[in-house]
Amino acid sequence: MTDLFIFASAAAELAENVLPLGITEGGSWLLRNAWLIPLIPALSFVGILFFGKRMPRQGAELGVAAIGIAFVLAVLTGAAWMDHRDNYHGEEITQAVIVAEHGDAADHGEGHAPEHPSLAVSNTVTWFQVGGMTISVGVLVDGLAVMMLFVVTLVSLLVHIYSTDYVGGDRRYTHYFAFLSLFSASMLTLVISENTLQLLVAWELVGVCSFALIGHWWEEKPNSDAALKAFLTNRVGDMGLLVGITVLFFSVGSALPDAFGSFSIATTNTLANSGLLSHTALLVSATCLMAAVMSKSGQFFLHTWLPDAMAGPTPVSALIHAATMVVAGVFMIARLYGVFFEGFSIGGSSINLMAVVGGLTTLVGASLAFVQRDIKKVLAYSTISQLGYMVLALGVGAWTAAVFHLFTHAFFKACLFLGSGSVAHAVHSFDMKSDMGGMRKAMPQTYRTFVIGSIALAGLPPLAGFWSKDEILAGTGGWGLFGGTGGNGAYTGMLIMGMVTAALTAAYMTRVIYLTFFGDFRGHGELHESGPRMVVPLWILAGLAMVAGLFNLPPGFQLVPESMQERFGHYVEPAAAYFPGISHASPSWSLAIFSTLVVMAGAGSAYWYYFIKVDAAAQASGQSLTELSNGPTSRWPLAKMGHNLLENKYYLDHLYTGIIAGGTKGPLARAVYRFNQQVIDRTVDKVGETAVVSGQFVYDKIDQLLVDGAVNTSGHLASEAGGELRKIQSGKVQSYAAILFAAATVLAGILIVIV
Amino acid sequence: MFLNQFLLLSVALFAIGVYGVLARRNGVMVLMSIELILNAVNINLVSFAAFTENLAGEVFALFVIAVAAAEVGVGLAMIMLLYRNRRNIDLTELDLMKG
Repeated sequence: MTDLFIFASAAAELAENVLPLGITEGGSWLLRNAWLIPLIPALSFVGILFFGKRMPRQGAELGVAAIGIAFVLAVLTGAAWMDHRDNYHGEEITQAVIVAEHGDAADHGEGHAPEHPSLAVSNTVTWFQVGGMTISVGVLVDGLAVMMLFVVTLVSLLVHIYSTDYVGGDRRYTHYFAFLSLFSASMLTLVISENTLQLLVAWELVGVCSFALIGHWWEEKPNSDAALKAFLTNRVGDMGLLVGITVLFFSVGSALPDAFGSFSIATTNTLANSGLLSHTALLVSATCLMAAVMSKSGQFFLHTWLPDAMAGPTPVSALIHAATMVVAGVFMIARLYGVFFEGFSIGGSSINLMAVVGGLTTLVGASLAFVQRDIKKVLAYSTISQLGYMVLALGVGAWTAAVFHLFTHAFFKACLFLGSGSVAHAVHSFDMKSDMGGMRKAMPQTYRTFVIGSIALAGLPPLAGFWSKDEILAGTGGWGLFGGTGGNGAYTGMLIMGMVTAALTAAYMTRVIYLTFFGDFRGHGELHESGPRMVVPLWILAGLAMVAGLFNLPPGFQLVPESMQERFGHYVEPAAAYFPGISHASPSWSLAIFSTLVVMAGAGSAYWYYFIKVDAAAQASGQSLTELSNGPTSRWPLAKMGHNLLENKYYLDHLYTGIIAGGTKGPLARAVYRFNQQVIDRTVDKVGETAVVSGQFVYDKIDQLLVDGAVNTSGHLASEAGGELRKIQSGKVQSYAAILFAAATVLAGILIVIV
Repeated sequence: MFLNQFLLLSVALFAIGVYGVLARRNGVMVLMSIELILNAVNINLVSFAAFTENLAGEVFALFVIAVAAAEVGVGLAMIMLLYRNRRNIDLTELDLMKG
């Protein structure tokens, strides 16, 4: 009887509960002080701005040194994280929450702690206090953050070194390195952000740096136009980010007993995972945040800025518009995965907004890459396509596969971009059809690294792209031929999109290699291999593109011991309360073999067209050709129509500037003109007339009589009083003294009388 | 204590000083008269300090002496400049500031 009573009273007090957040305040010094890593490039930015021009190498040495130190720190932090992941047994931070009446929330979040949890290290200080809210700023270091720190600092360091040669002698050389430093600092801040507000600030900062660097050569109109287009397109998504963060802030606050909101990423994710937040709020905020991802990570249909962004210097394209900044959107999804996972109901579904956006993007990007003449634009569309792959992977719940693809993609895409820069440095053009061809003899190092990068991108084993792409395809869970691969649902549609893209990717990269490096040279000028400061970074990236895939060999891969399988997933994927309980797909030999065959079919058909048919036609006609004169587009009208559609980029730019902007502009302008003439002007006229009449009245009666009279009288009074008083001012010091003493005597007399 | 005598001395000095400041035309004499006034004040301070057995008055007198020395320094410098420019130091002729 007594027991029953106690049980009942305990149930009544369930209104407040305590949830573990999966973060800790302990951990090694390096992890708690990861803010040093962005601080160093930030200081270098200020240093280059103020002293750069006076330095012997115009500030470049400061930028390279700063990012070098940051890279060393990032590597040490990574090592510290590995130790922390395996050996840390510290106190976990908890958060008091209000649990709803039915109270099935608590067991929701505790389902997935089978192994040693990976507590993220959180270290915050108060940023500002407003209205009883304390907004903090700090670091949230976990496997994802550490991985991003490593990738950003490594690619940034190589790009810095490469740039000293590539933009050497540029008129704004110092300015260029200052902004590279600022970009590195902002991006590093973004990846260690503890709360969404800090993330927003860093997000906008990288956007500003992107704007400044795309428009680096702003004297030419297309470049400044491209910078503006990038900035404005990103503004569209940033609104979504702002709204999404705000919705999350108040939504989280509804479940907290002692605050009306919270920006903390760990708290937000944990509450989303535990089912304490309303599903509607999560769906709304996830959709808003998706808009931000679409603009920043170049997802269909806000991707149009990314190809134009290639107007910037090539190292900038490699660093910002391929390897780091554009993955900020993917990173944001991975960071707030609890919100997206619950909001879009990813688990147990077969379609959702994120997966569809990713799938469409990957197809659109890959198909547009076929018709570009500009080598950088091919790579830009390829980047869009690969970003779509990552978003698709996150959309189907394959978190680790998406983040791993981000990791490998950063290396081989940076390698390809820097390679294209090396080629363009030699021929002073990016046009493959008119200025390149046959360059493998003159530039053997660039040629080899470019081919390695291309194979890694196309995804042939055992290079990096194969492993990450294969994990994404397995993660869709749609491979039903020999039994499904598990995962979070049966996303068969996404699997097909991914397969088609794999074939297209292999084909367009084969086309680029033929047009750039084979056939006869079509440009003019003396060809030469680039200097060591460009070739060495290329080889480092090519080397990583070869081996990066081995960091995450799939579980059950029988050729290596079990301790070498899935190392990346073990260290990067959080096993903590702030991460949703996703289920992992099992790798499939049959899928891996099939996708490899698909890739080879794509590459083979492009090889047959370019290396055999076009090459033969070129030898027959005796000149260097880039396409067949009687190719499919001239023979079949349907192919011609498709080609036109691609040439015009699916008419999206026409849709935006012509139809949406133009269609709004004209009628809106007419309506505004009419409103202006009939309402505003008439009101203004009326107000003006009334003002004149009342003004005349005020002037005559009030101003002239009342005010002027008072002023004149006071003036007269002052003048006459002054005339009397000036007699006292004799200029003789002794008469002043006499007045002084007389006054003192009088005052003393008054004092005596009163006191 | 014979406080009265000291106060009478101080009053006498003060009155002589005021007379000097108002009546003498020579700038140096005016400065000396100001010194007399300050010393009258000092006598007042010291005698009251002794009467109430409070050291503060004596300390204050020391400050007055120090400030008076600085004041004389500035005053004499001004009178010297005056002499250089006008070849006399008659204060009654200095009425450039007449309103």
